[in-house]
Amino acid sequence: MSTDVIERTEKTTTINYFDGSSKQVTILDEEIPYPDGKLIVSRTDKQGIITHCNQSFVDMSGYTEEEIIGQPHSILRHPDMPRAAFKDLWDTLKRSEKWHGYVKNLRKDGSYYWVYAIAIPNIRKGEIMGYTSVRRKPSRTQINECIELYANMMQEEQ
Amino acid sequence: MSYTMTVSPDFSPDHIAGWYVFNTYLQRQLNIPIHLELYNNFDEQRKAIANNEIDLIFANPYDASMLVREKNFTAVAAPENSSDEAIIAVKEGSQIAHIEDLKEGTRIVTTDDPDVNMMGMIMLEPADLNKENTSTTIVDSYPLVAKQLIQGNADIGFFLDESFDSLSKFVKEQLSILIRSQIFVIRHVMLAGPKLEDKHQDIKNVLLNMLNDEKGPGVLNSLGISSWENQEHEDTEFMIDLMDTLVG
Ligand SMILES: Cc1cc2nc3c(=O)[nH]c(=O)nc-3n(C[C@H](O)[C@H](O)[C@H](O)COP(=O)(O)O)c2cc1C
Repeated sequence: MSTDVIERTEKTTTINYFDGSSKQVTILDEEIPYPDGKLIVSRTDKQGIITHCNQSFVDMSGYTEEEIIGQPHSILRHPDMPRAAFKDLWDTLKRSEKWHGYVKNLRKDGSYYWVYAIAIPNIRKGEIMGYTSVRRKPSRTQINECIELYANMMQEEQ
Repeated sequence: MSYTMTVSPDFSPDHIAGWYVFNTYLQRQLNIPIHLELYNNFDEQRKAIANNEIDLIFANPYDASMLVREKNFTAVAAPENSSDEAIIAVKEGSQIAHIEDLKEGTRIVTTDDPDVNMMGMIMLEPADLNKENTSTTIVDSYPLVAKQLIQGNADIGFFLDESFDSLSKFVKEQLSILIRSQIFVIRHVMLAGPKLEDKHQDIKNVLLNMLNDEKGPGVLNSLGISSWENQEHEDTEFMIDLMDTLVG
């Protein structure tokens, strides 16, 4: 009889946020697959505070809707994501343009999921009133390319 | 002044008569002349929109953006609890069981329905498929999409879920669903144009009151709609923002 040993490497890391704050998070080396046929949707106000999210967002993040609304998206920030990716996201949105890219997101329990994310500014009467992001299922090829790319970017950011 | 109403060409053929009945009902309720003009395809309809020939339209979400942002249309209502979802199907017995099994060169058969094609192509992304490395055949109707699949002329077919569900049992038994979208927020909407501006509220009131009106429920039934629900301007803006993230 053989037993499958599922190895769950667990470690604790400190994430430093852009605003100077930091948080201790548990990181599990366990990927949760993106649900087929679904979109993960959220909207924020002008400051990037989440005002709406759909059921897939709730399911994939592992938080309840109450825990999500009122928070910034950095609650999903994974320590393997380079800072430059999010700087590019914000710079692009502030120019009133559409941003797209691959993002590794952190779940409440420390595991992760990859998404292909598109974010746009919500422009009403010529003014940015908030932001919307829609994520879809990425391909394995694209994820593998990003794993390498982001690791290199992280090294440069050290 | 007379007005022109049209319907997104992806409406089910079963409901053609229903739209005429609905138009008669609207004219009586609003006491204005409305002519119903149906187009065979999206191209013809878009030309009429570009020429400002349309005043009221039950629009495909894909066209809603252009109608609202470029042609100053306003949403008045949308069918309650309905969303446009796409299905990708294969021939029953196909070796393909998952999207990720699909390879470059995949042959797609579909209609000219723009939102279904958009959702279908998005659902192929996890297999690294796109317009460049697949081939697409456009046919005139969903039963023809099914026929092409069954005859082996294509590997996968895109369907609007409603249209797939309404295929005959015999046809459905020869197909198998690979994936069904669960997007929920993309749907057809009734939009009124600038020439009807002073009537927007009246049109909204008529639609939202149909269930309470003596003739209303029969008319709704012939359209295959359970009831209309209010669509605020911001609901439409949000849907358009979503479409913007999905298109191109
Ligand atoms: C609409 C929108 C969606 C976003 N989605 C995510 C996301 O899914 N995951 C994430 O880590 N950051 C997301 N961000 C970026 C975060 O706001 C933040 O910049 C990022 O998590 C990095 O954290 P930091 O800026 O505190 O360093 C999003 C931002 C916007 C405006």
